Amino acid sequence: MSTFTFEVLVSLKNGLADPQGKAVEGSLPALGWTNVSNVRVGKHVRFDLEATSERDAREQVEDMARRLLSNPVIEDFRILATEGA
Amino acid sequence: MGVTTPRIGVVTFPGSLDDRDALRAVELMGGEGVSLWHADHDLRDVQAVILPGGYSYGDYLRCGAIAAHAPIMQEVAGFADRGGPVLGICNGFQILCESGLLPGALIRNRSLRFICREVWLRVETAGTVVTGDLTPGETIRIPIKHGEGQFVATDDQLARIEGEGLVVFRYSSRDGVTGDEHNPNGATNHIAGVRNAQGNVVGLMPHPEHAVDPDVGPTGGQAVFASLFASAMAGAGA
Repeated sequence: MSTFTFEVLVSLKNGLADPQGKAVEGSLPALGWTNVSNVRVGKHVRFDLEATSERDAREQVEDMARRLLSNPVIEDFRILATEGA
Repeated sequence: MGVTTPRIGVVTFPGSLDDRDALRAVELMGGEGVSLWHADHDLRDVQAVILPGGYSYGDYLRCGAIAAHAPIMQEVAGFADRGGPVLGICNGFQILCESGLLPGALIRNRSLRFICREVWLRVETAGTVVTGDLTPGETIRIPIKHGEGQFVATDDQLARIEGEGLVVFRYSSRDGVTGDEHNPNGATNHIAGVRNAQGNVVGLMPHPEHAVDPDVGPTGGQAVFASLFASAMAGAGA
């Protein structure tokens, strides 16, 4: 068994209102950034996972991303980075 | 267990708010309220289950996402499979969607504001465990109080929901007319509540448990509870 580190990015699907993104976007002009649009705020989940291989680990991460970390009705996810330890 | 008194279970999750109100509504309506605990694998022989409103697990990750995998939900899913009546209110509706017992999802209100007020609901079907005493087209007055109550679904889900008549309640005027001006949260197709194919699992954002006592507000929830009691006494799911 090896330990793998994963990061999963979860974001609201395009077309769904993202109030946090809107609030951040509304605040940036106060600091001078009037050139920013389409701000989206997502979730970042980082964890270590014990698995027999990186492939096995990635399959498990995809499964948990589908079943708990994201809701496929309203969200997309991306598995960002892995590192073996 | 009384012969004519239905045993209605109300699940308490960490962060549930309306569990006590739901139990009180059950008792006011003449039922026996039975408190159920999220960490148990025991439904205590109830004849119907209510998942109440609130902020289970602090709404961490997504509203209802963690509660959907609580130990008691395995029992609730089995009970629902056997035809037992299950009603999810507000956060309970979100939990049912997250657990896959109902289609769709609930996201932030279109206004981005928390809304607390009374609304009119048009009954779309009598074919559920909470609308047996109601007539399609009839309207009832019930309060809402939520920040994330905008019902959405994938295109496939929505086609199924509308095609198979799975909408139970829509936001409307007093006369049953739907329109954006009567839709408090931007819900797709003005949907306030949906059912599963069998009609024994129902979720809605409005709060029938806050609408049973004439001393403190509207009474649109009375028919919902009376229907639920009748379904519970009919014995499915036991």
